Amino acid sequence: MISVNYYVILSAILFAIGALGVLIRRNPLIIFMSIELMLNAANLAFVAFGRSWEIAKGEAFFNGQIFVFFVIAVAAAEVAVGLALIVEIFKTKKNINIDEMNTLKG
Amino acid sequence: MQLDFTDFSIILPPTILIAWACALLLVDLFVPKERKGITAFLAALGLALTLGFTVTQIGREATGFNGMVTLDGFAIFTSALILVSGLLGIALACGYLKRMGIERGEYYSLMLFSVTGMLLMTQASDLIIVFLALELLSIPLYVLAAFARPNLQSEEAGLKYFLLGSFSTGFIVYGIALVFGATGTTSLSGIVASTPSLILTIGAALLLIGFGFKIAAVPFHMWTPDVYQGSPSAVTAFMSSGAKIAGFAALLRVFALAFPNLSADLTAVLWALSALTMIVGNFTAISQTDIKRMLAYSSIAHAGYILMAFVPFGNKDVVATSVAAGLFYLFAYVLANFGAWSVVIALEKSEGKGLEISDYMGLAKKYPALAAAMAVFMLSLIGFPPTLGLAGKFYLFRAAVEGGFTGLAIIGALTSLVSAYYYLRVVVNMYMREGDPTVEREPWLDITAAVTAVATVALSVVPQWLFLLAGSAVLKLF
Repeated sequence: MISVNYYVILSAILFAIGALGVLIRRNPLIIFMSIELMLNAANLAFVAFGRSWEIAKGEAFFNGQIFVFFVIAVAAAEVAVGLALIVEIFKTKKNINIDEMNTLKG
Repeated sequence: MQLDFTDFSIILPPTILIAWACALLLVDLFVPKERKGITAFLAALGLALTLGFTVTQIGREATGFNGMVTLDGFAIFTSALILVSGLLGIALACGYLKRMGIERGEYYSLMLFSVTGMLLMTQASDLIIVFLALELLSIPLYVLAAFARPNLQSEEAGLKYFLLGSFSTGFIVYGIALVFGATGTTSLSGIVASTPSLILTIGAALLLIGFGFKIAAVPFHMWTPDVYQGSPSAVTAFMSSGAKIAGFAALLRVFALAFPNLSADLTAVLWALSALTMIVGNFTAISQTDIKRMLAYSSIAHAGYILMAFVPFGNKDVVATSVAAGLFYLFAYVLANFGAWSVVIALEKSEGKGLEISDYMGLAKKYPALAAAMAVFMLSLIGFPPTLGLAGKFYLFRAAVEGGFTGLAIIGALTSLVSAYYYLRVVVNMYMREGDPTVEREPWLDITAAVTAVATVALSVVPQWLFLLAGSAVLKLF
């Protein structure tokens, strides 16, 4: 059986890739995908930790898995709002590059 | 596990409010377009009703839903403060939206949804609820920030807030995952009972980063000026008060209840965050010429002051007085902040005109009452007598010194002096320069400005009473 450490290390790598993507990429859609990657890295960690605690406790234990459902549902709600915002901006200025969003500064 | 009525009575205020918000969304369909004031009135009625129920729960102590939610003095105090800021937010919005041509009924429902999330946040005693409440309060705020569409500034503010907000959510969720991995539980009482480990510390640090974004602490504040400037002013007023109260409530509950064992590692981090936030917020505010942007940096700076109250979160002897001082300061900040925004809204014209600090020249001659109110708010934000801000800073610095953080108190006092420069510039412009400003007289704006100004001055006569109230609210927490 694969130890929980490997799953957690994988999830940490995914999380780091997601966080870097948010900081480096300039297209809001890609940034958004990177954020989803961060959330799903957390989901992976939840499931892995949940399973390892279940083995440690020796009884049915669903806390980690249930949290994942909440995260998935909330992420879906965020997608709805986020894509709507991106579409609105595209309708107004026909361009969604983050670097050109500079009407606000001081 | 059985759920009975006690469980539901604990979350009665948020339950009422969310039911009201859903009903309001439907009722709004039947309200004719030119009479959206009715929707505003109904929303305010819902908030007032919830406030009434919250007040009836004073003195109750209970946990429900298997330890997921808690009802205590702290939750009631912060909930009441949030509901009051919701009411003030509606008072500012109803005339403003009409004037700016963005009067749509869903504004009020979105606001109620967001307030529901904030209320739940104050009661959360499990990280699952913290996460859900945080999202329930944030997602409607993303929409509200972009509410003035197709105005590009507002859309940009909405997108920036959304991207940075969900970025911080990522940190919070991953932090919770690590905390869960280290302890095998997400309930705050379960976490504190487990042994500290490296993974737990990393998880707590990630949570701190996430909350740092939400309360706009330096260095996680980059979004704040843009979002506060681009959003409709009424939204900014609400978001800079309500979201901040909820963020601090969650930060306090999570750190004071779940992580006191980690204070050896985290106290220094919180100290640095607080000091940096005060310094950067105040010094950057000096160079601003736009009043909305100036108030945004001022709200960053005030987050630093409030954060000061959380630095001794692991020290059992002083944490109660320190947190009470933080709550008191939050109260003073919310009053002065709403007042200042009501004056900003009174001067704002369509298409972003009337927002320069130079637009305030000569206000005192033409509108003496409004200028006097604005002067009170600016003095309170500096911490100058005779206002509530002075008492707030006094209690806060005293608590910091008692907790052994004299250096932090000195930084706080010095940065307050710096802040006098940019706040007084507004006062000087109003009273000593010539100009011809025009002002929108709306009854609700005048009432908000008058009520907050009178409260700021009147309550400063009896600060001890309010401080004891805040103190009794946190008494049972520790």
